[in-house]
Amino acid sequence: MRTIVKYVMLDLLKNRIVMGYTLLLLVISFGMFSIDANSTKGVLSLMNIALIFVPLISIIFSTIYVYNSAEFIELLVAQPLKRKALWLSIYCGLALSLSLAFLIGVGLPVLIYESSATGLVLVISGLFQTLIFTGIALLASVKTRDKARGIGVSILTWFAFTLIYDAIVMLLLFQFSDYPLEKPMIALTMLNPVDLSRILILLKLDISAMMGYTGAVFSDFFGGKLGMLVSAIVLLLWAMVPVWFSVKQFQRKDL
Amino acid sequence: MYSLVKKAVQAAAVGDTIYIYPGVYKEQHIAIAKTIHLKGIGLPVLDGEKKYEILTIRANNVTVEGICFRYSGRSSYMDIAAVRIAESRNVVIRNNVFEYAFFGIYSQHATACVIEGNRLSSDAKDEISSANGIHCWKSDSMFINGNTITGHRDGIYFEFVTNSHIKNNYSYQNVRYGLHFMFSNSDTYTSNTFRNNGAGVAVMYSNHINMYKNTFADNWGSAAYGILLKDISDGTIEGNKFQNNSVGVMMEGSSRLQMQKNTFAQNGWAMKIQANCMDNVITQNNFTGNSFDVATNGELVLSRFEKNYWDKYEGYDLNRNGIGDVPYRPVSLYAMITERNPSSMMLYRSFISSLIDKMEKVMPALTPVELKDDNPLMKPLKF
Repeated sequence: MRTIVKYVMLDLLKNRIVMGYTLLLLVISFGMFSIDANSTKGVLSLMNIALIFVPLISIIFSTIYVYNSAEFIELLVAQPLKRKALWLSIYCGLALSLSLAFLIGVGLPVLIYESSATGLVLVISGLFQTLIFTGIALLASVKTRDKARGIGVSILTWFAFTLIYDAIVMLLLFQFSDYPLEKPMIALTMLNPVDLSRILILLKLDISAMMGYTGAVFSDFFGGKLGMLVSAIVLLLWAMVPVWFSVKQFQRKDL
Repeated sequence: MYSLVKKAVQAAAVGDTIYIYPGVYKEQHIAIAKTIHLKGIGLPVLDGEKKYEILTIRANNVTVEGICFRYSGRSSYMDIAAVRIAESRNVVIRNNVFEYAFFGIYSQHATACVIEGNRLSSDAKDEISSANGIHCWKSDSMFINGNTITGHRDGIYFEFVTNSHIKNNYSYQNVRYGLHFMFSNSDTYTSNTFRNNGAGVAVMYSNHINMYKNTFADNWGSAAYGILLKDISDGTIEGNKFQNNSVGVMMEGSSRLQMQKNTFAQNGWAMKIQANCMDNVITQNNFTGNSFDVATNGELVLSRFEKNYWDKYEGYDLNRNGIGDVPYRPVSLYAMITERNPSSMMLYRSFISSLIDKMEKVMPALTPVELKDDNPLMKPLKF
């Protein structure tokens, strides 16, 4: 398994797109921090990068990569290897190299300009987005045989998490505005890793004071040890469950 | 030489100066009923043992200087003060230190008194068991200058006080308000700093209040304001700085206020102006780095915004006269949405919230059409 991970990683690190992605992140991050003297603003701008741009690249790139290496996968399946190990190695290779790109592109500037708890939460959130959306990409690509459809499903999934889900939440908020919604809101946040990460970062920036009662409930929950633990577990689940499903699917798949 | 301050006060004739030498004097209810001057040498301590009022002044032209008042009495039904000025004129309280006082300086029916250069610190924990630093009630022409107040309920409290001037004070980390005005007309406050108080500064039910060059900073919390203006009218708010407050200015039922040359920076909301405000003029202010510039709770806008600098302005200036050619609408749709439904702050800074804000900017549908700055400035003003 380790050899396959190594091979996938080496292949990816030489990949022009991954290199370009790293460089782009690096340029954006340094740019954001140097435009404004106030590094909090830099963190806010980078938050949008980590929560919108990173998932998009992770999911699309991973989907395309899996389709493009279909022949390589078929070749390896013919070898005396467990399918589970093979599929997990591909996931690890993808996730590791994209995480490395993110760590260099965003982690390094954050370390230089804003090495605080906020910065740390930002980087960890970005890493989780990479892991989660790579996993979802694998699930999407194993589910659909056609490459174009697979990429379409990926983009739609990304769209659902970043936009459609929030739109539905907003609709619910207004439909049920007569009811106390704070606790259900916490549950709804857990169902979307992007929302969850965003709120974790915003609470670190002490934005909770602006959120009134909702903010008080949120910071009470997410600020506490239990809340931190729960959100970490939820994010981990988000990273693991799609991969697990995709493994199941891949084991049964007729290549 | 007297061993007790009380005896010295009794023995003194009108116009005498009593020098108090260093030491701790555990005396209670020292009453001054004639014009004398109390002067501390090397900061002597008058100790109220947490039971008594320490000094009561009931005469005109009394001076109290350089004394440390410590542990005044506390009570839940009486207003016990370290120093009380009652029905007197021209009293001067200068350069004293107040430690762990309940009410620090309490003036009732006083006229033309000077409270200057005092340092007040206490250990207030909640609003019920604590009292105000400088408390003025039914007084006139007071001059409160250069005091530092911390750890009280309200730093400075004014009720039915007229024609007074509050200047150069520093009020921080008080449990409730840094400064609190009730029913006090024609007062001016200048160059004060209010920082990190429980709920900022409140000016209520007053008229003709002028506020110049004050700093309101770090009043951060779910019910905290830089300044809360409630039912006040005919004031001028000029040259102030509002920084890092969850709400910079909260206006409710306020009318005919002139707000100009203020700086609003890094606030959650720079201004919340409720629909029951009218005829206010907001002009030549700088709005920079605020999460929301202006929020309101209705369609009706009877105040005027003009020639302010807004860092979120995206318009252009073709004729290069420094004034943007298209109006700026400081109320973002998202600010309106959160005003109606506070829970929706959950989606704050999400992709969808910025998307609908952009859409609303192009075609305003929900934000009040009248709330706009027709002549927004292209460059920030320098004060």
